[in-house]
Amino acid sequence: MPLLDRHGAKADLWTRSEGAAIGNLSHALVAWAALPEALAQRSRDQRIGAVLPNTVRMSELKLVMRQLSLIAIGFPSFADGRGFSLARLIRNHGFAGSLRASGPLIPDQFAYALACGFDEVELPQESAARQPVEQWLTALGRISHGYQRGYGDSGNILDRRRAARLKHAAAC
Amino acid sequence: MYRYDEFDERFVRERVAQFRDQVGRRLSGALTEDEFKPLRLKNGVYLQLHAYMLRIAVPYGTLSARQMRQLALIGERYDRGYGHFTTRTNLQFNWPKLRDIPDILDLLADVEMHAIQTSGNCIRNVTADHFAGVAPDEIEDPRPTAELIRQWSSLHPEFDYLPRKFKIAVTGAAHDRAVIKAHDIGLRILRHPDTNEIGYEVVVGGGLGRTPMIGKTVREFLPKADLLAYLEAIMRVYNLEGRRDNKYKARVKILVHEIGTAEFSRRVEEEFARLDGPSVNADPAEVARIAAYFAPPAYEALPATSGAFETAKAGNPDFARWVETNVTPHRQQGYAAATISLKPIGAPPGDASSAQMRLVADLAEAFSLSEIRVTHAQNLVLPHVKLSDLFALWQRLGEAGLATANAGLITDIIACPGLDYCALATARSIPIAQAVAKRFADPARQKEIGVLNVKISGCINACGHHHVGHIGILGLEKRGIESYQITLGGDATETAAIGEILGPGLAAEDVPDAIERIVSVYLAQRRAGESFIDNVRRIGLAPFKAAFQEASHAVA
Amino acid sequence: MAAAKRPALPVILLANDLLDGDVVFATGDAHGLCWSRDPGAALIGHDEATADRLDAFAAAELGGQRVVDAYLVDVAVEGGVPVPRHYRERMKTTGPSVRRDLGKQADLPLAEAFTRTAFARA
Repeated sequence: MPLLDRHGAKADLWTRSEGAAIGNLSHALVAWAALPEALAQRSRDQRIGAVLPNTVRMSELKLVMRQLSLIAIGFPSFADGRGFSLARLIRNHGFAGSLRASGPLIPDQFAYALACGFDEVELPQESAARQPVEQWLTALGRISHGYQRGYGDSGNILDRRRAARLKHAAAC
Repeated sequence: MYRYDEFDERFVRERVAQFRDQVGRRLSGALTEDEFKPLRLKNGVYLQLHAYMLRIAVPYGTLSARQMRQLALIGERYDRGYGHFTTRTNLQFNWPKLRDIPDILDLLADVEMHAIQTSGNCIRNVTADHFAGVAPDEIEDPRPTAELIRQWSSLHPEFDYLPRKFKIAVTGAAHDRAVIKAHDIGLRILRHPDTNEIGYEVVVGGGLGRTPMIGKTVREFLPKADLLAYLEAIMRVYNLEGRRDNKYKARVKILVHEIGTAEFSRRVEEEFARLDGPSVNADPAEVARIAAYFAPPAYEALPATSGAFETAKAGNPDFARWVETNVTPHRQQGYAAATISLKPIGAPPGDASSAQMRLVADLAEAFSLSEIRVTHAQNLVLPHVKLSDLFALWQRLGEAGLATANAGLITDIIACPGLDYCALATARSIPIAQAVAKRFADPARQKEIGVLNVKISGCINACGHHHVGHIGILGLEKRGIESYQITLGGDATETAAIGEILGPGLAAEDVPDAIERIVSVYLAQRRAGESFIDNVRRIGLAPFKAAFQEASHAVA
Repeated sequence: MAAAKRPALPVILLANDLLDGDVVFATGDAHGLCWSRDPGAALIGHDEATADRLDAFAAAELGGQRVVDAYLVDVAVEGGVPVPRHYRERMKTTGPSVRRDLGKQADLPLAEAFTRTAFARA
């Protein structure tokens, strides 16, 4: 399925495993239910990613998070925003690997996804065909700065106001 | 009043460009209708029965004369010369074309306005006490808090695709005029009993709609500086755990109800303790920057009474009656707040023509330091009028049909647009409001009855707040006919209560008689000085039920 | 979005124009269908075959981004004019009952059948 990040379309290094059968895949993407079994049989140089339903509890995820190089959170529908909060929680808990939003998101959610801690979006063929990569990149740049502190690194309005205040105070 | 800085300005301009692009992608087929619909809703655009509808945000109900004039212009240029003020203190236009809406949004941005998040499953327009900054019983002006929340909630990356809509209200006074207990989050500004520090009581899980509930206190005292972090914790718990399997069970009130207030509170506190508050909260300088915009305006030093005002009252009973109902005391000596009723007898509640909007703008400039408020009761307020100007103001209002002396009385009816306009409605609301108002049109009778809130919704979604009306009317469909269910005993204030159903649904033409009967029971049974709602509480529903059922004939 | 369950015959097809929002009715003859703002001009589907044609037209027009909220409405034929049986769709056909100066009732010479069956004031 098509994959993109903030720079545009990208190749997918990851292969979805059949259940826990990760064989010798270098980057194996495993369903949440099969994860314990897959982790038990991984070899030293294999990278494991997990596909999570958006209902996963942080208390459970915390136990395995450090063994994962990628976490893909499922978006059953673009209107189901649980994945945004789950991503934020996962980042708040210190996950430093790749975070992927997987499902029929729309370009207008791209900036939100990145701000909540996602690195990339994996789309079903049908929505990618309707909404080419250029539309995603255009949508990403629509709103220069949001008001919320602590989301993304493009600089929020409150911190910019603060910086302007400090600069002004220094100049006076 | 708050004024946009360069960042706010850029933000709304970019939002307009974004919507223009979204419309373009809808027309090209890149966005399906299912994908476009939430996007347009989050910009206030509904598809109603006859046309699109645009709901414009009036944050915490505060408008400048200049903004009101721009709304009048939009009404004339792109609509049919009128608009409708809503119970969320917004303004709706009923006839805009989708092709024109980006241009309308540009005109709004010109006067520091927008339609962001006036619909959709996101945090909606934040409301506040319409007498904010004016009321003598106020602890602190709620508007700086509301403005901070407006900014924080605008295009929030994490909370724009919630299970359901989310409404926040703020009051800074002991007497609740903002219906905070019927909101997803209600904030009451208070002083800590021991330290005297200012903070918030946080009430969560109120709401009307299909399953009406009164909000529960989840935090007795939240220090002011922690507001945004605490809101983030609440929203995160709700976004992750609110139900998404059934839209009628998706509001936060259901989550609070299902897991219990204590458990909800525990989850919020746990998340609040875990997250890094200082990186989320606004710094004190930012809070102070916003608050400075709401500093008291430049009042004149005036005597506490005005001879001219007293003379006018003595010489003109109509004026005296208007003062009695529509004029509210002001904390500044020599000033008062004047309510402009948008409920002339027989007119659609909350509607104002472009000409009327323009007149109100002129009058605000002449008499109220250019400021206007919109109330959740669908009226307007000129908040800072000198006592000595009230007579002249009343005369000018009267010439435009805006001096109806009924604020808070039985003809000051709240009504949603109902089936005359709304695609969701199951029955009409406006004709019922008109019929009831006509029945009780006599000013002497209204005065005799005293404070009585009648609230009408044209469907279970309860935009007309019928659950918290002293008398509530809900329009439903029953076997292909409009049918109206009457509730009694609702209360929208700090003593909030949900009304109880009196009996079977009524045909439209029987509603005024039923209201008449209810009122008769009150008039016959009240004690000296006892208000309608106090009377209902004292004598209970039974006498009203008996009178109601005796004479009403339900829709067959 | 065509209704999942087809209403009882006879039916007409109505929708809102995507760009203007105005209520429009499918009209035409055996050769083809188009949209009209006039409810009196609506093509009446007396049989399943015509209702199928209206359904197919709705699907094509929704897909072509020309209309939204297209669905079949059951009507009573009064004096040759299709009047929706449900009061909600009658309202959609005439305009707000509290503002007779607005909507179709204001700017179209609506057939008497529509105004006769319009709402009595409560």
